[in-house]
Amino acid sequence: MEFMPDFKLHRPATAAEAAKLRADTEDALFVAGGTDMLVNVRRGIEQPKALIDVTAIDDIKSIAEDEDGLHIGAGVTLRDLATNELVQRDYPAVAQAARAVAGPTHQDYGTVGGNLCLDTRCLFYNQSEWWRQSNDYCLKERGEICHVAPGGKRCFAAFSGDVAPAMLVYDAEIDILGANGELRRQPLTELYRNDGLNHLTLEPGDLVTAVHLPKSLAEQPSAYEKARIRGSIDFPLAGAAVRLVMDGGKVANIKIALTGVNPYPQVVKGADTAIGKPLDEDALDALRENVRKQAKPMRTTTVAPWYRRRVVGALARRLTAQLAG
Amino acid sequence: MTDTDHRTIVSCSVNGRRRDDVVPDNMLLVDYLREHIGLTGTKIGCDGGECGCCTVLVDGRPRHACLTLAAVCNGTDIETIEALDRSGRLNALQRGFNEKLGAQCGFCTPGMIMAAEGLLRDNPDPTEDDIRQGLAANICRCTGYVKIIEAVQFAAAELKNEKTGAAA
Ligand SMILES: Cc1cc2nc3c(=O)[nH]c(=O)nc-3n(C[C@H](O)[C@H](O)[C@H](O)COP(=O)(O)OP(=O)(O)OC[C@H]3O[C@@H](n4cnc5c(N)ncnc54)[C@H](O)[C@@H]3O)c2cc1C
Ligand code: SF4
Ligand code: FES
Ligand code: FES
Repeated sequence: MEFMPDFKLHRPATAAEAAKLRADTEDALFVAGGTDMLVNVRRGIEQPKALIDVTAIDDIKSIAEDEDGLHIGAGVTLRDLATNELVQRDYPAVAQAARAVAGPTHQDYGTVGGNLCLDTRCLFYNQSEWWRQSNDYCLKERGEICHVAPGGKRCFAAFSGDVAPAMLVYDAEIDILGANGELRRQPLTELYRNDGLNHLTLEPGDLVTAVHLPKSLAEQPSAYEKARIRGSIDFPLAGAAVRLVMDGGKVANIKIALTGVNPYPQVVKGADTAIGKPLDEDALDALRENVRKQAKPMRTTTVAPWYRRRVVGALARRLTAQLAG
Repeated sequence: MTDTDHRTIVSCSVNGRRRDDVVPDNMLLVDYLREHIGLTGTKIGCDGGECGCCTVLVDGRPRHACLTLAAVCNGTDIETIEALDRSGRLNALQRGFNEKLGAQCGFCTPGMIMAAEGLLRDNPDPTEDDIRQGLAANICRCTGYVKIIEAVQFAAAELKNEKTGAAA
């Protein structure tokens, strides 16, 4: 067995207990499926004194529907998300994105909460302890400089979760339970900030408990697609989700969100300039160029940034054309 | 237990046998199986989640033993490659890997077979595409996968025959 820090494992049965434990315990981190957290712990990237496992909390494991829409517990597995009939029917991009995460075994126990709160990724960060050490670590963890942009003081590690963009095109909201026991609801967009070092706006103790997809957008056509090195398993080099409603040959409603090309999953600005117009080749080209402009991939993967920028534009264009029929 | 005591009692079933063990909180399931119980059929091929060699079934579903804490398996049913044969007779997948030469060096095979076992329990009549998708988290550096897919198809056909045979 290789390096494994010594930590205390807590398995609270309620969300309130979990949030409180996380805030009250020194150096504690949440773990759900562990498909990202335990990789990082094993690599010495995270060295917690305590892990708060949230998989014993039954309250956050169900998918329920009411007149407001679909309510998805943060503890729902990606497999259950991808195979849920309501998700497939009403929010197809979400089911497609869940099915595009890692491989089937990861989907079996990786969770929605873990996917939304996934750490940002970088070629210089997601490495073994000895690899990072021999490179003097980096800004994001223990080191002094960023190897991607050595002059600056910013980290450009890319958010690489697949599910967030698909939920963003449906204006998803999330519930967060704070350590003080207060539950607050906020747009999913507000979970993120444009900072690879610290891309989540959560306070210590904040537990994401659920995601809500609104009824008003249910059944609007959507799709998600990603580019990756191996089709079987890899994180997105770039990913795009599109929701598109056409009416009489013209765009009635459109939303595009991206992953893998910025430190946060991003809603593309200005996509709505297509509304009221037909989706001809010129309009699709303009949409592609707009996406490319807003994608700012850096040298955080083995694949060059220019390729990821080109590909994310192409993905968004292709999905939009397909949805337009 | 106090907070300085980083151990947990795990009561689980491993290959059909009930066990109660005290395990360190930071012990991975794969180390519990291999080092603590001595079930070395489950392999370790990477530093976490990349290769699928360590795949076991937890409550009937495939899971990476290298990304699972043993303490989290309290109350679960764990199955490893060692559980598949019945009184010395290989199970359908093991026969398939043997007949179709689905194993070369054999290192990926235990994980591959457990992932396939999970797949066939869920979907006894998989298409080739279902098999490719179902085994996508498992890497093999030797076979090129074609023989592995044939092995799973062989097993699915055997299981179907056994079923209809038993009914007749
Ligand atoms: C080989 C490999 C390939 C992968 N490929 C992909 C991929 O293609 N796309 C992709 O999106 N992911 C990928 N992953 C990452 C991972 O499998 C998924 O993102 C998964 O959904 C993470 O969920 P989890 O429950 O395992 O999270 P964990 O690892 O348990 O947690 C991840 C993070 O979320 C936090 N967290 C978990 N739950 C909550 C909560 N309720 N509230 C607040 N914080 C929480 C944890 O503290 C941790 O920081 C891959 C992983 C591996 C090992
Ligand atoms: S972008 Fe720079 S600081 Fe951030 S993880 Fe990569 S090398 Fe480190
Ligand atoms: S040992 Fe490689 S996935 Fe577990
Ligand atoms: S048989 Fe050698 S890795 Fe699969």
